[in-house]
Amino acid sequence: MLSPGGQGTKEFWSLLCEGRTATRTISFFDPSPFRSQVAAEIDFDPLLAGLTAREVRRMDRAAQLAVVAAREAVADSELSFDELDPSRLGVTIGTAVGATTGLEREYRVVSDDGRLHQVDHRYATPHLYDYLVPSSFAAEVAWDHGAEGPVAVVSTGCTSGLDAVGHACGLIREGSAEVMIAGAADAPISPITLACFDAIKATTNRNDDPAHASRPFDATRNGFVLGEGAAVFVLEPLERARRRGARIYAEIVGFASRCNAFHMTGLRPDGAEMAEAIGLALREARLRPTAVDYINAHGSGTKQNDRHETAAFKRALGDHAYRVPVSSIKSMIGHSLGAIGSLEIAASVLAIQNDVVPPTANLHSPDPQCDLDYVPLSAREWPTRTVLSVGSGFGGFQSAMVLRGEPS
Amino acid sequence: MTTLVTGIGVVAPNGLGADDFWAATLAGRGALSPVRRFDARDYPARLAGEVPGFDAAAYLPSRLLPQTDHMTRLALVAADWALADAGVGPDTYDPYDMGVITASSAGGFEFGQRELRNLWSQGSEYVSAYQAFAWFYAVNTGQISIRHQMKGPSGVVVTDQAGGLDALAQAHRQLVRGSRLIVSGGVDGSLCPWGWVAQLAGGRLSTSADPDRAFQPFDDAAAGHVPGEGGAILVLEDAGAAAERGAPRVYGELAGYAATFDPLPGSGRPPGLRRAIEGALDAAGVEPAEIDIVFADAAAVPELDQVESDAITAVFGPGAVPVTAPKTMTGRLYAGGGALDVVAALLAIRDGVVPPTVNVERAARHRLDLVTSRARPMTVSRALVLARGHGGFNSALVVRAAPGTSRHANEEVHDATDSG
Repeated sequence: MLSPGGQGTKEFWSLLCEGRTATRTISFFDPSPFRSQVAAEIDFDPLLAGLTAREVRRMDRAAQLAVVAAREAVADSELSFDELDPSRLGVTIGTAVGATTGLEREYRVVSDDGRLHQVDHRYATPHLYDYLVPSSFAAEVAWDHGAEGPVAVVSTGCTSGLDAVGHACGLIREGSAEVMIAGAADAPISPITLACFDAIKATTNRNDDPAHASRPFDATRNGFVLGEGAAVFVLEPLERARRRGARIYAEIVGFASRCNAFHMTGLRPDGAEMAEAIGLALREARLRPTAVDYINAHGSGTKQNDRHETAAFKRALGDHAYRVPVSSIKSMIGHSLGAIGSLEIAASVLAIQNDVVPPTANLHSPDPQCDLDYVPLSAREWPTRTVLSVGSGFGGFQSAMVLRGEPS
Repeated sequence: MTTLVTGIGVVAPNGLGADDFWAATLAGRGALSPVRRFDARDYPARLAGEVPGFDAAAYLPSRLLPQTDHMTRLALVAADWALADAGVGPDTYDPYDMGVITASSAGGFEFGQRELRNLWSQGSEYVSAYQAFAWFYAVNTGQISIRHQMKGPSGVVVTDQAGGLDALAQAHRQLVRGSRLIVSGGVDGSLCPWGWVAQLAGGRLSTSADPDRAFQPFDDAAAGHVPGEGGAILVLEDAGAAAERGAPRVYGELAGYAATFDPLPGSGRPPGLRRAIEGALDAAGVEPAEIDIVFADAAAVPELDQVESDAITAVFGPGAVPVTAPKTMTGRLYAGGGALDVVAALLAIRDGVVPPTVNVERAARHRLDLVTSRARPMTVSRALVLARGHGGFNSALVVRAAPGTSRHANEEVHDATDSG
């Protein structure tokens, strides 16, 4: 995986456990024309990360992140490709905004910085079609590992990272694939993304204190901090993993997605649809709400979201919502749109592995309407076998996944 | 568990609404013409399949217009028509029993171009507040779910031009998991200068200026395709739920599906389309001889046409099954294309007639029974629809007449032996 503040799974987990933040003043371009000037950027050098010069030229940044993360996941899985029929290996990659960074860069070239409506094709990169249609992300990962089974990009806004993994589980369950490489990537830190979130004041304008700009559940929160990243997993049936003696991080035991059918960006305060998704995911997992040891929240840090989500937890889990630790890693690594759901699955899995729940950084004075245990500031040693991870996104998507570790 | 198609909404270059589309398609009436939506004269490709005479304001509330791209407006109208056709209203099912799953390729790209231009030519304060969602790939699913209060499982797949079939397959999966109705399919299009330049970069657009010579799959003259806009939205329902509510019509059943991915070129491994076809037939539980018609992907790129005709020939035998590509009339509709071909297949089942492939003289090396020139009357009980996406995505879907519900249902029972 690739996350702000850390490349690879180890660095990611250290950052979370130490409660450090990776949010900073935007360095990729001059952010001064924008209302929100902070983001969680990755110091990513694609060549150092192992990509060839040709791959770098061919792929948008988000595709590069996906490919590098998938390589780490496949290596970590110690999967033997000799024993795997390529037609039984599939790929699903989630992304909310695809190659938006590459598209904007290329748009500036062909339009001469917006001067031309009739943009000039003679200046276009030959790889522009792969930016236009982000199914190229999944194709790149599939080529890299010789996957010839079902391959797709799932793009459900900010729940893409959960939904892509949930989709892959479904393909394994129905027998369409034996092994899936599944995850998500987004690299949205570009002027057009900043401008569109500025226009609806979704992002924070706490530009004077970038390290403390993402404040989920805090009374002073005023929007999310844009991020970028990728996390990819190798998924296989439990029996297969046991048979080959694989290291099992966790089992995905429940997944459900619902839609609020309310507003493209707004949320109703009651959290009913997210609660419905949580209830369905738990039912699929055959677990009672009280079995949940930790909730990895969406916790974007917008006024609306954090209340919506708190209400959803109470609705779905009843009194248990007050007893279970809840935290938002977006407080540390920002909101990488379609990628974050997979980064949060990674955090959930690592919480199970380590019996530690990551904190919500920058939470000093909770919003009175957010009255759960959000694990403020410091990570907590906590017996963690079952984790609920949720996501909420533009378009009304509400997704919930239940992950479970081996009995300890 | 059986997935039925109980409603159809079409927005196609050669017809607004399923009836107009079908009449034009059977008549072989093509809609490829010089681009009107922008000035394409200075680009190497100048033809498109545009949806003509679409007045969004006549169908949609004015508040939706500033927040939607052209292709989303088309999708919303197609969804309205599909639900009306299915006789589904807000109270037919519980909101959680209904979901929306669509395919996208480039999102609302025209909207995106306008806002990029606003940003770079004027400044960030000129960017629309709707840019945050009007262009992204999930927009049609989100807007349809809001318009029709559908709170069930929703989804969006992006697999380039295979997407229209992949969305329907994902909708089927959700019906298996317990939903009662899923609105699904694809309506797509990025006919704006910026989208045009990006499509040109893909290297597969025809540079012919003659609408009759610009999109000729399986022809010796094949030299790329003409892009179009539009597609189809379908209402898919669990058969039990549809029977319970007395659905007014059933077009057919989604019987089997498979998706594969091609190996990296140069790997020496065979392309994946044949496996997709075999997988779909297997999932449907039908033998090749039981397929009455194949709706081809019809890339009109010589190598890709060869891969497709080889795959069809390998599975069915040379010239053993009629093959058609009505998309020669509309152009390739990206994520909309597969869904529109499924509609054509279902209407072929309903009416016992197969639409033609126009402007094509089959090259001898493609050993296909290509239905060219005019529509062919024939009993159709089972159709195979193929769709492929840039990079190696292959999808295949079998649709068949639903037993006891179609005009041709009785024939279907006897057909299996006849056609074997």
